[in-house]
Amino acid sequence: MQVTSVLPVAKMVGSNRVVQGGGIVHVFGDPDLPPEEEKKLRQTILLQAFEALKKQADAS
Amino acid sequence: MRVVHYLNQFFGGRGGEEAADMAPHIQDGAVGPGRLLEQVFGNDAHIVHTIIAGDNYAAENLEMLTELVVKQVKAAHAELFVAGPCFEAGRYGLVAGALCKAVQSALGIPVVTGMAGENPGVDLYRQELYIVDSGASVSAMRDVLSKMGRIATKLAHHQDIGRPTDEGYIPRGMLHDEFVEQTAAERMVQMLVAKTAGGPFESEFTPPAFAAVPAPAPVADLSKARVVIVTDGGLVPKGNPDNISPYAATNWGAYDISALDDLQGENYEVSHRGYDTRYVEQDPDRLVPVDALRDLEKAGIVGKVHDRFISTSGLANPLANSRRLGHEIAEKLKQEGVDAVILTST
Repeated sequence: MQVTSVLPVAKMVGSNRVVQGGGIVHVFGDPDLPPEEEKKLRQTILLQAFEALKKQADAS
Repeated sequence: MRVVHYLNQFFGGRGGEEAADMAPHIQDGAVGPGRLLEQVFGNDAHIVHTIIAGDNYAAENLEMLTELVVKQVKAAHAELFVAGPCFEAGRYGLVAGALCKAVQSALGIPVVTGMAGENPGVDLYRQELYIVDSGASVSAMRDVLSKMGRIATKLAHHQDIGRPTDEGYIPRGMLHDEFVEQTAAERMVQMLVAKTAGGPFESEFTPPAFAAVPAPAPVADLSKARVVIVTDGGLVPKGNPDNISPYAATNWGAYDISALDDLQGENYEVSHRGYDTRYVEQDPDRLVPVDALRDLEKAGIVGKVHDRFISTSGLANPLANSRRLGHEIAEKLKQEGVDAVILTST
């Protein structure tokens, strides 16, 4: 599965499982958050990624 | 003009699927569609040999077949190599494309083939070859061979090949300079007006075509799964040990994180010229989230974090190259028993 903030590109190339990232230049982060909050954001995105991996997906 | 022609077992008159394991057979003169091709060429061309092989045999022994065909074409002093047309036959198209590419690069003579747009051979070889758009219907054989013949003749006489729509081949993605009367702005507005009105217009830029990708099965039990992070964001250890290029990268690297709970900026750098890399350099977990992933591993939500993360730079890379990198990485991770990949893309 793919985590990215450029969803149209992921869809165009045929990714089946895509989760929105925290930003183009920090896919798993947000520099405006305090470090602990930012790590929590990473966990949240990872958990979404896991959900996508567990679900049936369609061919692109 | 001396021509060598490649056909599969079906068009070579050897049988259908039951003959698909047939080993290569070399025959003097034209066979089946080859006879029609000679008619289309008039007196201009003579098929000296026809090479026929079964689709399964050819696909499974491609390297051997390629060697044989190149040798045969060379020995025949051929000035042109033709394969197919293959219409929608997938194995046939893949083999025809591979043979044309090999003959073209080994012997430097013109090559031409034909396929339907949906043939998987198109996606792989259209950038390198003239592939006439055959459509799906075999009844168009004469028309398809005429187009192939016209392109082949032009190539043999070093004449310019026109646009895909004029010559009937599948766009190769090449750009040619051309003098035109109207400025780009004028042409664009005309196209836009035509598009808005539902009228016909021809774009001057064709985006790359991407074949459909089948979805891998879901991961049954993540708490037992080995998960790896792959990134195209160019994160590499300080000093870039594998010399991964910051654009149009031709390789990828695997970097050990087995003893790490958190990536530190001072140990890494980013080889990628397509985005502002400061945030990732400050904290590489923003691209390769090792810290958060470790916590989820410890909590038993995910089975095992793979010992290495994989990285390359996904910028200004030709599609064929990106595909190769992807195949290599997937192959390696399969061997290493990885169950799931999280690809992080900038």
